Amino acid sequence: MRIAGKGLIDRSKPVRFVFDGVGYDGFAGDTLASALLANDVRLVGRSFKYHRPRGVLTSGSEEPNALVTVGNGAAAEPNVRATVQEIYTGLEAKSQNRWPSLSMDLMAANDLAAPFLGAGFYYKTFMWPSQFWEKLYEPIIRRAAGLGALSGESNPDKYERAYAFCDLLVIGAGPAGVMAALVAARAGADVILVDEDSRMGGRLLAENCEIDGVPGVIWVDRVLSELSAMDNVRLMSRTTVTGAYDGGTFAALERVGHHRAARHAGLPLETFWRIVAKRSVLAAGALERPVAFRNNDRPGIMTAGAVRAYLNRWGVVPGQKVAVFGNNDDAHRTARDLLAAGVHVAGLIDSRHNAPDATGFPVYKGAMVSDTTGRRGLESITIRSVSGEDKLATDCLAISGGWNPTVHLTCHLNSRPVWCDDILAFVPSPSGVPGMGVAGACSGAFSTDRCLREGAAAAVAALEALGKSAPKTQIPDAEDAPYAIAPLWAVPGRGRAWLDFQNDVCVKDVKQAAVENFRSVEHMKRYTTQGMATDQGKNSNVAALAILADVTGRAIPDTGTTTFRPPFSPVAIAAMGAGAQGKGFAPERFTTSHAASVERKAPMIEAGLWYRPSYFPVPGETTWRQSCDREVDMVRHTVGVCDVSTLGKIDIQGPDAAEFLDFVYTNTFSTLKIGRARYGLMLREDGHVMDDGTTARLGAHHFLMTTTTAAAGQVMRHLDFVHQGLRPDLDVAMVSVTEQWAQFAIAGPKSRELLNGLFDADLTDAEWPFMACGPVQVMGVRGRLFRISFSGEHAYELAVPSRYGDSLFRTLLARADTLGGGAYGMEALNVMRIEKGFITHAEIHGRVTAFDIGMERMVSSKKDCIGKTMSERDGLSGADREQLIGLNPVGAVKQLTAGAHLFNADDDPVRVNDQGYVTSVAYSPTMGHMLALGFLKNGRARHGQKVRMVDHLRDLDALCEVVNPVFFDPDGERARG
Amino acid sequence: MRITCPFCGERDRREFYYQGAAVALERPVADAGEEAWDAYVHLRDNPAGVTKDLWYHESGCSSWIVVTRNTVTHEILDCTLACDTKSEVSI
Amino acid sequence: MAELIARPPCQGLLPLEIGTTTLSETDAGVLTSIMPFKGQEAALSEALIAAHGMAMPAANRTTGRAGIRAIWFGRGQVLLIGPSPHEALAWYAALTDQSDAWAVVRLEGAGAVDVLARLLPIDLRATQFKRGHTARTELMHMMASITRVGDQAFQIMVFRSMATTLVHDLKTAMEGVAARR
Repeated sequence: MRIAGKGLIDRSKPVRFVFDGVGYDGFAGDTLASALLANDVRLVGRSFKYHRPRGVLTSGSEEPNALVTVGNGAAAEPNVRATVQEIYTGLEAKSQNRWPSLSMDLMAANDLAAPFLGAGFYYKTFMWPSQFWEKLYEPIIRRAAGLGALSGESNPDKYERAYAFCDLLVIGAGPAGVMAALVAARAGADVILVDEDSRMGGRLLAENCEIDGVPGVIWVDRVLSELSAMDNVRLMSRTTVTGAYDGGTFAALERVGHHRAARHAGLPLETFWRIVAKRSVLAAGALERPVAFRNNDRPGIMTAGAVRAYLNRWGVVPGQKVAVFGNNDDAHRTARDLLAAGVHVAGLIDSRHNAPDATGFPVYKGAMVSDTTGRRGLESITIRSVSGEDKLATDCLAISGGWNPTVHLTCHLNSRPVWCDDILAFVPSPSGVPGMGVAGACSGAFSTDRCLREGAAAAVAALEALGKSAPKTQIPDAEDAPYAIAPLWAVPGRGRAWLDFQNDVCVKDVKQAAVENFRSVEHMKRYTTQGMATDQGKNSNVAALAILADVTGRAIPDTGTTTFRPPFSPVAIAAMGAGAQGKGFAPERFTTSHAASVERKAPMIEAGLWYRPSYFPVPGETTWRQSCDREVDMVRHTVGVCDVSTLGKIDIQGPDAAEFLDFVYTNTFSTLKIGRARYGLMLREDGHVMDDGTTARLGAHHFLMTTTTAAAGQVMRHLDFVHQGLRPDLDVAMVSVTEQWAQFAIAGPKSRELLNGLFDADLTDAEWPFMACGPVQVMGVRGRLFRISFSGEHAYELAVPSRYGDSLFRTLLARADTLGGGAYGMEALNVMRIEKGFITHAEIHGRVTAFDIGMERMVSSKKDCIGKTMSERDGLSGADREQLIGLNPVGAVKQLTAGAHLFNADDDPVRVNDQGYVTSVAYSPTMGHMLALGFLKNGRARHGQKVRMVDHLRDLDALCEVVNPVFFDPDGERARG
Repeated sequence: MRITCPFCGERDRREFYYQGAAVALERPVADAGEEAWDAYVHLRDNPAGVTKDLWYHESGCSSWIVVTRNTVTHEILDCTLACDTKSEVSI
Repeated sequence: MAELIARPPCQGLLPLEIGTTTLSETDAGVLTSIMPFKGQEAALSEALIAAHGMAMPAANRTTGRAGIRAIWFGRGQVLLIGPSPHEALAWYAALTDQSDAWAVVRLEGAGAVDVLARLLPIDLRATQFKRGHTARTELMHMMASITRVGDQAFQIMVFRSMATTLVHDLKTAMEGVAARR
């Protein structure tokens, strides 16, 4: 029911929205909860386990009951708190966890079965037979219990991430936070003030109070307008600080699109901020806790502070006859505000015998509410006192069990809160988060006056730490009402008294946990699921703890608390991973020949972040194998062109460059002649192979190293480490030039014919022997030519500055076409290197040594190098090692597979008999059958023997002959000739 | 977590690659013997307290940095260039 | 003989104008990585002044002006942008041509800082990152160089092969910022 003249809503802006298919009217400034209450909608959801009818309990982000699904289809968002969701024209919300409808939920039968469904029920009941759990019990239980459901479709919403930096981050824009921001901003500090609400002001928006002689809401608006006019202040509303992390880093979730009817293209739904602050002030306020008693969960029963907020901020009363029940002075404020607004207050029940008197409504001192009635909404309460039990008709009960300071963020770096007997609540420990001050209600200061003073003091402390002088600040006049409270956690009696509304945990569940010796608070939590729902027990953890303390005969501080971890309130995975959807997941690296390859319909394969062509299909080819076989044949008989720009290229210069290379490579580069390239092998310090590649000497002090595509980053990092960390004495400079050069392999018997005509002079064997390199002028551009081969054919690699890459690739292809050649892709490249026994990271996978791949002679005995000492360890060489071999299928089964294992021909193919494994396989059109590279115990001595290749996963068993891993042209005549 | 790169200033942890204990800077000579090499390559302390480890400012300036930090409090006590640490020891 | 045709890294991708921010490709001229040899930093700086009229920049700083600039590019490395390096520089430093290695773009306009705040984990406040300041950092997942070249103008560099991703990421951020207005 809306009260005329009350509230901060904009009555000139009506808003029409839909809940469960019914249209309702509200106003700009309403939340879904306030608008539904204004329309007398009390039943808004069903509980998680028992499907109990539930209504709005709170007015903030701690809401456990009023969870709804907003929107339709793929964009539907489940578990939105109606107390946070602002209404807009066209908003469509639906209740959750009910079937077929909210008012008639068949699953409510669970509630009748409640005696059987208490804490620990599942553990005890569904134990046998064990396989039934996964197949039968769990699916049924999961269907019956639950919250909202995801659409199952890809989320079309955009999420964004962003970074912000400031001197002072103020978390919470109530009186303490606003005051802290004002003092710090006036002193010139860069301030970010965040608040999770759509409107800043905190409890000043919800209370009937005055500051400096004006209503609190007027005062706070004045301060906010001063702050918003300052360049050094950033105000962030609708933003929840969800976590505190090391180094003054905070995570914050901003709701950007949730409250907008029309979202512009590109507008994110949420922005996930990482805020780095030199200092911070936590002014997050406090959360009111209910009292547990029988049937305390009916729609119409709310926290007293929420009733006040709905009245003062939204002009809404959630009932006609309101009763108030509490154990502290703050509860009286609710009754007074209601009375002042002309609402009928049925009575105030205060558990304290010394409760203050009041006029205008009856006060039941030393009394408690022990039960309620009303199936889908509160109808009456039972009041129990020394004189017996009374029934009171009421449709709204406001409860206050006291206030819990919002200490969560102070605990995110592993600090524990401290129990305070004065307010019967936990307060932050002083050193929870380095650089963080705590002010206002979240430090246990509950009057407006104390909030303002603590806010100002926290700002002054922060300014001092920042080295800024704080100007003298006048603290505004405000009320400083005392707050007296007496312990009351649960009203004694039979029946179910609810603690955790969201996970349906009762007082007796906590007691049961203690009875079964789950006395640790962490054990109780897991046994009962207390505090494990999306609200993380914000309304119930302290009461549950107090009850556990009581039944186990301990004091509350001795019982301890569970651990508060980020996030403070739920954060969508999509928000945490913002920016990583679709193309944002990882950068795409395209070679300069990409467009031309795509034009030739080459499918792309990912190599690290690079996209490389797999093969280049021609008309008539329907499988990759057809294209691959043709491309191999083409290179072996005419000429092929392949983009090899993705290999890492590192420019190494300096007087000590040669000495440096001698140290990182196993073999010697100081003896390499200018204008020549050499194959090099790099070890890790533990003696295993790290990477390989060719390095060319371009000048006396100038080398160009190549690395494998995948290891380029690792090698650069390694070289930097060796230089900076181990040999800073060496005068050498390194920089990646991978991106500077577009480089193409031109391979095959007609490779020289293809290239001749592109340069000033024709290529000759005398000037360009195998492994020669040097500068060339290619069509007027300065390029580099290398006579190196990864195919085993007479081949070159030609590099030009990348801007010419596309043009050169097209030129090379046009020339190849006239020679009967063409482009080849990764598949053919791989087949040819296997035919030649050239290794890749399939072979040098991190567990092989130079000995294993037959390159132990490349570890020079004349010098030290990275990995040399450790490579000489026992066990890293010798006959027991698995050594690189080739395999030819010689039995009936001709298929070979990578990952298969090798066994002696007569042995059982079981682990103890394992002799080795296969690393690479290919169908070789050159040899006419499949080939494999692999590692076999003592393999080099076993050429000619037969072994079994068994692939247990693919169910293959092939008899193979062990052969030299260089299947084709073992003497290398084709590349040299 | 934020690391102060001696060149670039305080930066987010995401810009850095973590390597491990700064022991890696103290490479033994080739003939130092099995124990020295075993310790260098394999043996690492796991202190609850102050530790020194190596971070590479990979998406920043490419410096290798020795970070002294407390594994209990997460406090970062010092950040030094690996090449400077090294030059203190005679090579 | 036919000539090879040059193709800029962002061909077909830029320019873009979204909201109050524009993104365009910069033809930066010659890019040369300059890495001084041991103990040659001072001599190199003098040679750079003599040859190109600007000193070696300190860490996180630039020297020179639009069209001819030296930007700090990481540990022991400066990138000369614009002119071909004078050959005398080679006495004091390793010179490496990088003219084709980087995509260079310019982001300009009232929303430029807000756009970059969505992509870069560094502090870009005008009091902290002034005109002439530069940083090596990451843009989304890409190694990047960022330089403030005007009050609301930034030069952004990433590896050439990632030009498409750079434009994608910047465009997404520009749309997000523009849609809030």
